Amino acid sequence: PAVCAGNYPLYIRSVPTENELKFHYTVHTSLDVVDEKISAMGKALVDQRELYLGLLYPTEDYKVYGYVTNSKVKFVMVVDSSNTALRDNEIRSMFRKLHNSYTDIMCNPFYNPGDRIHSRAFDTMVNSMMMQVC
Amino acid sequence: MEQGPAGGSGPAAAAAAAAAGTGGLLLPLSETEQQRYSELFSRCCPPPEAAAGGSSVGELFRASQLPPDTLHQITEVCGAKRVGYFGPAQFYIALKLIAAAQSGFPVRIESIKNELPLPRFMALKNDTEVRYGTPAEFHGVKFQVPHATLEKNSYKRADEGDKQEPKSPPMSPICSPPASPSTYQRIAQSYGYGKARSGLEQQHGAPYEVRHSTHQQDGPSSGNYGAKSALTCSTPNRSLAVEREQQDSSSQYSDDPWRITEEQRDYYINQFRSLQPDLNAFISGSVAKNFFTKSKLPIPELSHIWELSDVDCDGALTLPEFCAAFHLVVARKNGYQLPETLPETLLPEYLQAACLKPVRDCALFDSYSEPLPSSQQTRDFSRAEKSSAEEVPDNSALLQDGKKDDKQAVKVSTTLKTIPKEFQHLTVKAAAQEPNAHRARPRSRSYSSTSIEDAMKKGEEPPTPPPRPQKSHSRASSLDLNKIFQQNTQAVRSGWLPPPPPALPPRPSVSQEVVLAQPPSKPARRKLRTEAQGLETPELSPTINVTSSLPAVKPHLPVQKQSSKQKRAIQTAIRKNKEANAVLARLNSELQQQLKVRNALKISDKAPCNQFCVTSSSIEIRAKNRTVVEISTEMKAFNENTLPSFLQQASAVTCVLQHEKTEKFV
Repeated sequence: PAVCAGNYPLYIRSVPTENELKFHYTVHTSLDVVDEKISAMGKALVDQRELYLGLLYPTEDYKVYGYVTNSKVKFVMVVDSSNTALRDNEIRSMFRKLHNSYTDIMCNPFYNPGDRIHSRAFDTMVNSMMMQVC
Repeated sequence: MEQGPAGGSGPAAAAAAAAAGTGGLLLPLSETEQQRYSELFSRCCPPPEAAAGGSSVGELFRASQLPPDTLHQITEVCGAKRVGYFGPAQFYIALKLIAAAQSGFPVRIESIKNELPLPRFMALKNDTEVRYGTPAEFHGVKFQVPHATLEKNSYKRADEGDKQEPKSPPMSPICSPPASPSTYQRIAQSYGYGKARSGLEQQHGAPYEVRHSTHQQDGPSSGNYGAKSALTCSTPNRSLAVEREQQDSSSQYSDDPWRITEEQRDYYINQFRSLQPDLNAFISGSVAKNFFTKSKLPIPELSHIWELSDVDCDGALTLPEFCAAFHLVVARKNGYQLPETLPETLLPEYLQAACLKPVRDCALFDSYSEPLPSSQQTRDFSRAEKSSAEEVPDNSALLQDGKKDDKQAVKVSTTLKTIPKEFQHLTVKAAAQEPNAHRARPRSRSYSSTSIEDAMKKGEEPPTPPPRPQKSHSRASSLDLNKIFQQNTQAVRSGWLPPPPPALPPRPSVSQEVVLAQPPSKPARRKLRTEAQGLETPELSPTINVTSSLPAVKPHLPVQKQSSKQKRAIQTAIRKNKEANAVLARLNSELQQQLKVRNALKISDKAPCNQFCVTSSSIEIRAKNRTVVEISTEMKAFNENTLPSFLQQASAVTCVLQHEKTEKFV
């Protein structure tokens, strides 16, 4: 999963650490898809439903899911396609947890929006979430 | 008690025994470790016994603050379970394992082969001295210098510890007393942040030091290995603890660096008062940030401290949270590593019980068991209740308070709008959106605000129809407008529809959606809405953003952290807020509409009314524009402001707007 704001990543974490560069690249390219989805909504309603962008695009062996917050902070998640046990609901709940943790970080007055995220609580949450899946 | 040299020879034999005992495992013990372990061993089992008493060993292990499972593991690994007693070999291995566990290594034989720091035992005062030149002076009783206050001293010593470690380890008892005063002097200088606080602690430390220096050995004065001074583990020492007159009774039990003593608490409370006179109110994030930045700790650490102490994640610190944060800062400044999770003694409900009830009794222990969420919930719920009850008075209160009660007003406004956490979240969101919005101003704002508002309207329409028309009638302008509309024909009204879309081209679809979404509403409301649909000004949208993004945030947070009762209360508060904002927005658009319509409108028999209305509306519009300009300038200045102050400004402006409207038309 990656948290990106303004098209630069605030936070990237991947579990199997090989191919990390490939994941980074994937996340970056998927940002384009996210932007496209956002703009396609136009003046449409933005509620929580739309915050979850769903499967952005399936590629060879992994799927990319996107989620955007009201403040245009994007969460991108790349999962292995072999992990068929992951259902849409689970992805949604993972994004929801990410969003909640992100808002908790926001509360911290020492955190400036746009900084990289160093919060240990956030790390713990992300790690536990990824461990659950992998 | 044993003498130094004797102790020196002992460990050598013990090391060999350790080697033998563990089936050939050669356990290298450094000299310091040897001395330390031998001292500990002798404490647990007075020589010439070969085995340490089980109970004292158990107490010692518990004092290491490791979880019971780890201690069991250690006992197993070191072989004590196997042989059934704690011989010197097992004891030393166990000590090494404790050190390993405290350093974060798994409890295994392999991990103790490396160089390890000495194990730290809370219960044993002075144990953690690295240089233990003369474990000899084990005048056990005197030795256990009443820690706890010295817990504070040891904070400072921790600073010095690293400096002094490189020096040669053994220090004769003779040179220790002189060392201690100098140590303290150094500490006094290095601890700039504490100001009065260090003086406080120094006072505690110095008298003790003086008192005990005569028969003191180097232990306590010398550098600290992350000393967590605490109660002694043996009964004679405990009796000594009573001797310490300066020590507060509340901290007598289980002193650890994460427990706040009375003096510390009083100091924190005074500091809190200096920032925020009302002890029951909050310190906002920006204020706290400035305050803690003065401590010159690096920002990531301050960020971590905040994360630990702000348990309800609302961007503000209550008194217990503030005490916890301050305590963590102090501990960090004294060299303690920040924990990963908040220690129990720093949890807000624990501290709250302690802070609010100055009576020190062991009932404080009971607060340990109080579950955090429930206390949090009750607190939030009370806030939410307060919010719904005090919404109206708060509006005026906000205006009157002005700058003086900044923080309180912020908090009041947060309770006014919604639960504080969500409010902070959405101000962040609104704020974070701001920079983006600046770049793509009309589109993004309209996109987010109106759509959110529509969603919000949709959400709130069915449940609360009754209050709304009342609200709209409370605004005198809407009353007049209603009259106007009643006179006007449907044609005129529909005639207005074409003008709005061109006025704000980006929003035609939105306006239509608004119309479609509102069929169940009351007639007055509908009329207001139709004319207002296209005319919501971009300038007003930021304020709408602030509260409109509530519903987006709302689904996340209540799911996780609020009870259903609170959810309902919060949702009603949210709805009321949304209504207020929606009405404000419509009002603005109405006024603009009126201005345009003034010339087109044929004066009917209600001419005076209309004229009055129209002229007053033009005044309104001008006033509104002024405030809107203020809003927009504040928006631009947001990047410098922190979130709560932005919030406060936005809310203040909103209320000013409200007030102006009501005043003019009444």
